[in-house]
Parts: sequence; C-alpha cells; structure tokens
Amino acid sequence: MTQANTIETDIIIIGAGPVGLFAVFEAGLLKLKCHIIDVLPQAGGQLTEIYPKKPIYDIPGYPSVLAGDLVKNLLQQIEPFNPGFTLGERAEQIEKQDDGKWCVTTHRGTKHIAPVIFIAGGLGCFEPRKPPLDNIADFEERGVEYFVKNPEQFNGKNVVIAGGGDSALDWTIYLAEYAKGLTLIHRRTEFRGALDSVEKVQHLAESGRIKLITNAQVVGLQGNGHLQGVDVLHDTEGTIHIDADYFVPLFGLTPKLGPIGEWGLGVNNNAVEVNTFDYSTNVPGVYAIGDINTYPGKLKLILCGFHEATLACQSAFKVVHPDKKLSFKYTTVTGIEGMTPA
Amino acid sequence: MEHNILVTIVDRNGESKEYEAPTDMGLNVMELCKSYELPVEGTCGGMALCASCHVYVMSDHELTEPTDDELAMLDQAFFVKPNSRLGCQIKLKDSLDGLKLVLAPVAS
Repeated sequence: MTQANTIETDIIIIGAGPVGLFAVFEAGLLKLKCHIIDVLPQAGGQLTEIYPKKPIYDIPGYPSVLAGDLVKNLLQQIEPFNPGFTLGERAEQIEKQDDGKWCVTTHRGTKHIAPVIFIAGGLGCFEPRKPPLDNIADFEERGVEYFVKNPEQFNGKNVVIAGGGDSALDWTIYLAEYAKGLTLIHRRTEFRGALDSVEKVQHLAESGRIKLITNAQVVGLQGNGHLQGVDVLHDTEGTIHIDADYFVPLFGLTPKLGPIGEWGLGVNNNAVEVNTFDYSTNVPGVYAIGDINTYPGKLKLILCGFHEATLACQSAFKVVHPDKKLSFKYTTVTGIEGMTPA
Repeated sequence: MEHNILVTIVDRNGESKEYEAPTDMGLNVMELCKSYELPVEGTCGGMALCASCHVYVMSDHELTEPTDDELAMLDQAFFVKPNSRLGCQIKLKDSLDGLKLVLAPVAS
C-alpha cells in the first residue's frame, strides 16, 4: 500500500450520521482532528438516505427540523474543524499497529491511522435488500446485480428488473436503451415513484420496447455458472419462465451490522456494548456512540448520541495526549475559530 | 388497568399466544411485540421504513387504510400477501380486541 492511500488523524470516526458528525465538533473543541468513513456516498447516514424530508421534533432548541436540514447544519457546524472524509467505502477491518495506533482499512483498501476509533455506525451498513431466493448467492456477480455499476455490461443482454420504486423505474428506462430484452416485474399494478417515470415505463411497455409484468414476483433463478433465466409467479397466470442473463432486484437498502460484528467488540443484539463512563468498548481506544451502542437504559435518540459523543471525546483526548492536561471550556467563552457568530 | 385488549400473535415457529395490550398508551403492534420480546426488530423505530415488523392480519377487524408510505415499504418487502401490514402502523385501540396476527418470515 502506498503512502498516498494512507490517512493519519487523531480520531477515525466510522459513520457519517448526525452523531459521527457532531463528534467532529466536540473533538475540534479539544483540538483533535477527525476523519470520517462512511459506506454511503454522502454524509448524513439514515437522515439523508432514508428520511431527509421527515421532521424531527426532539432536537433541543429546534421545535422542528427536517432530517436533511439537521445534517446540513451539522456539516456547517463542523466545517471550521476541517474533517476528512472517506465516503462510499466500507470500514472493513481494524488492526492495532506496533506503535499502538489503530489502522482502519476500507473495502477499497484505503488505510486510516489514528490512536482512537469512534464507531458511530448507527444501524450498521446499508446493504441491498436481497430477495429470499434459495440460490441467489450462487448467482451474485454471475448475473444477479443489486446495483447498476456499468450499464454497458447489459449491452445486447436479456435483463429482468424487479421492484416498484423509483430506482426500478429509472433503471428500466435507462437500461431499455442497452438491453436486448428487458422485463420489469412488480408485485402490484400501482407503481409509487415519480409520475413522469411511471408514464415513461408504461409508454415503453405499450410500444413493446420492454415487457411489463405486474402482480407477479420472481420465485426462482436458473443457470449453470451464470444466470440463464428466472421463474416468475403471476398471481393468476401461474409460473412464467423468462430467459435472463441478468436479474437486477431493486428493493431498497436495509441496515446490517456488517464487519463491525467481527472486530472482537462486545456485541449484544446487534449493538456494541459500552461503558457509560466514556462510551468506551471492551477494546481500549475504541469507542461506540449513537444508535450502534447499547447499555442499560439506552435510548436510540440523536440527542443522546450527541451527549455520548461529547463524553467520548473527553476520554479520547487522554488517549491521544496521555501527558497533556485537559481543561474544560465553554464555547461561549472561547468561541470557535473560523466561525462567525450568527 | 382498564383499557386492555387481547391480541393473539403467532410467532415464526407457529406458536400462538394471547397478549394483553393497553389501548391508552398510544402503542402500536410493533411496540407491543417488542415489549413482549417477540422477535420483531422495529429497526426504523416505527416510521414505516424497514418492514421488520411485517405481519399478516388473520382476523377481520377493521383497520385504518395503509398510508402511501406503508404501501411503498411493503413494495420493498418480501413474503408480502394481500393481508400484509406493517405492525408499526397498526395502533392498538379498543375496537381491535381479539385481533389475530401472524409474524411474517424475515429474509436472511
């Protein structure tokens, strides 16, 4: 691994949700530098990915704030501390180095080195929701694709897309240009998603460019090394076989604890056990804050995560600077460098 | 407590049990399941955003119509049947006494 691919900082924060972001602020007050890793391509975690337009009513000082706006505000609040970001990469592995520092490696091989890790992973990593088909794992990367990474690969192929949301509609419209044959399968006759997309898909179906099968679900996959066909069960017409080189199930994302579960941390019911003194885990130098942690009386609230992040930073300071004394100061006294008051 | 109803829930092993449910606490079916430690994750906390509280309604009680959000979520869920609902969207009230539900399977 080259130096260019290695990032050094004081605290590596895994998870760019509200709690991970706010940890940057509290660390910044103590002059600790942070670098955030998140599997999603943008900051904000669930708030941005799942419910950006939902109002939140229990953020102190905000009678109501849209989840997306809260993230925007947090990003503005931490800007003076200039955090680093590794987005779109999943923290895969943590390793203690000889010098006592931690090295966090992502699935793309980016290395991050720091004396302290904050796990602010929320519900875990968002992964595609996989249809419950017995042999689906056998065909992953061999015809079953949960994301469309390279549309060119569908050139001249038979493609089956399943789902009823925006991504199923959008990719149907887009891939109709590439595929030899494209079938969209949806469990209901109604599609949610942008009206414009629904109309476009209906138009493509009427003109024969694609095949639209509603009231149906994919129930089986066949192939020999690579996918060759799917079985579709229609509510009234029974099983239909469709030749398919590719099956693209688009049923949204669901959170999974993922690699965090394999790091030797105390885990209880998909959450990391912590000491409420400083939200440290059973592994020295590794803390867990926000929805990902558990302790007696735990409440999965953003506001509780903010508190946890604050106390974890105080403890992290002593790990980063074992010889320095920490004196607590109010922001009303010190201000924030680079932040002009409202 | 005066405002209690009985709800029958069949778990994923096929075991059927009656549960006492208060109707004056604003509880929904997902929360009821969690309070009795039934294997319902309720990951999203009740926003109709995860389908981990997917149930089949087996009795003919009149329920409020599913919202667009609930229907959209059911579109992304699996093992969906005509009587599928999200437990978090079924608020417990007196008229639901005797409600019978089956926990839907979860995809691994």
